[in-house]
Amino acid sequence: MATVQVPAGRSVVLPEPLQLDSGQQLAPVTIAYETYGELAADKSNAVLVCHATSGDQYVASVHPVTGKPGWWDRMVGPGKPIDTNRFHVICANVIGGCMGSTGPASEATDGNPYGMRFPVITIRDMVRAQVAMLAQLGIDRLYAAVGGSMGGMQALSLAANWPDIPERVLVVGATATMPAQNIAFQEVGRQAIMADPNWQGGAYYGTGRAPDAGLSVARMAAHITYLSEESLTEKFGRRLQDRQAKSFGFDADFQVESYLRYQGLSFTTRFDANSYLYITRAMSYFDLAEEHGGRLGDAFERTGARFCVVSFDTDWLYPTELSRRLVHAFNATGTAVSFVELSAPYGHDSFLLDVPALDRVVSGFLNQ
Amino acid sequence: MSRLRPDLAIIARNVEPGSRVLDIGCGDGVLLAALRDERGCNVHGMEIDAENVADCVAKGLSVIQGDADRDLVFYPDASFDYAILSQTLQTTKRPDRVLEDLLRIGRRAFVSFPNFAHWRVRLSLLWGGRMPVTRLLPVAWYETPNIHHLTISDFRALAAERGITIERAWFLAGDRHMGEAAANFRAEHAIFLVSR
Repeated sequence: MATVQVPAGRSVVLPEPLQLDSGQQLAPVTIAYETYGELAADKSNAVLVCHATSGDQYVASVHPVTGKPGWWDRMVGPGKPIDTNRFHVICANVIGGCMGSTGPASEATDGNPYGMRFPVITIRDMVRAQVAMLAQLGIDRLYAAVGGSMGGMQALSLAANWPDIPERVLVVGATATMPAQNIAFQEVGRQAIMADPNWQGGAYYGTGRAPDAGLSVARMAAHITYLSEESLTEKFGRRLQDRQAKSFGFDADFQVESYLRYQGLSFTTRFDANSYLYITRAMSYFDLAEEHGGRLGDAFERTGARFCVVSFDTDWLYPTELSRRLVHAFNATGTAVSFVELSAPYGHDSFLLDVPALDRVVSGFLNQ
Repeated sequence: MSRLRPDLAIIARNVEPGSRVLDIGCGDGVLLAALRDERGCNVHGMEIDAENVADCVAKGLSVIQGDADRDLVFYPDASFDYAILSQTLQTTKRPDRVLEDLLRIGRRAFVSFPNFAHWRVRLSLLWGGRMPVTRLLPVAWYETPNIHHLTISDFRALAAERGITIERAWFLAGDRHMGEAAANFRAEHAIFLVSR
């Protein structure tokens, strides 16, 4: 990532320092964002889409680095389930990220990149920054907050901590409390980055060396957790990559190995390794129940929002049981909630892929 | 409410306007939508089938995918004015516990079920010696979701045993209402309004 130049898109600079959960302050803070669709005169149609771990603000527009379509292009756009003919969709890069919002690669006040001097942030800090951004944009109510995976956690955190902002909250493939297995996978990713000698304690900016190997391994490991066993078998099986027989060496003999190496490598062209450390740390810390005295139900006591929670039957990273726990907390407080476990073959990544049933639920929930 | 199935129409007519309602096994949400739109109720649903839940969400209803045997315990006491269980009691693993949960969650409950003591069912067993396949019980014994068949008299007995008050009862033969006389023999279908 050290070589990647991020083109300047739209951004706001927050007027106040951001007070973080750690007790530290972050200033100045830039939030890079994109919008789609017109904001109504009465500002009643704003929909905040929150991105996942490796996502960014380019939810429905061509990614400036990869040239690929937006990460939720199939969901957001004119006539799509999140219909930009009707809604003003806002998507911001999270703080700690690397697509224009303030993160570890940004300049600190001494003119040098933060590196590991960047403060550890939480999901709530990411949301706090987006709330401040919305205020800068003159928006104090959201028709809806929507997110999958880490985006879903942000949407939940928004409803719990800023209960007057969202009128509807749609949470796909997420959890209110990060379970041990996910913390474990995230730690594997971070250790892979930190074990790369090019990481240099995080101070690799401008050295001409970046921990691409470590970031690549982190991405490979994470990528496996996003897929289902079924989809890996279907897509690759035991097929060999461009060869007739096994090489009896350590090349990428299998298609699945070649695929993962490609995924890992291409990730390093668009993502900063330190951002990966900070963002996964924020996820590991996420526990809405803990933030609210140990009772998840209490987190949502003050919100009048309607919720819709969706899980996928093949998602073993954020299994249905986690969504069910969340729904039971809503039930306990009498909150208006819908919940459905959809059947889709792609594992956790189902929320990004072609699942018509999800389109139906999203548009149904948003059009009520 | 003429478009509702007859048993649902009876329930809809007898729910007090503005009530807080939980419909367990709400299907595609037709009763909930009617209660919301025509009786001004605050409606919630539970449904086991994902496709049905998606239909409900598309109607703007708050419905969670869940199983009456497993998920009712997560609702707090007295959180609804009415809990509704239509055509579902006979499909649960422990109908007695589900009934107890209905009256824990709701101040009152509507329970409707097909009557297994209807004369056609009796005849089928008596003369044919086979498990009956009728209009209300259209599926063969080996694939029916109805694992705990009951009769009107069975329900009354269970209510008496558990100290449950039967406030009102309605009986249907075909789509026609009928009186209480010999209901256990003549009714295909019963709807009870119960409370503690």
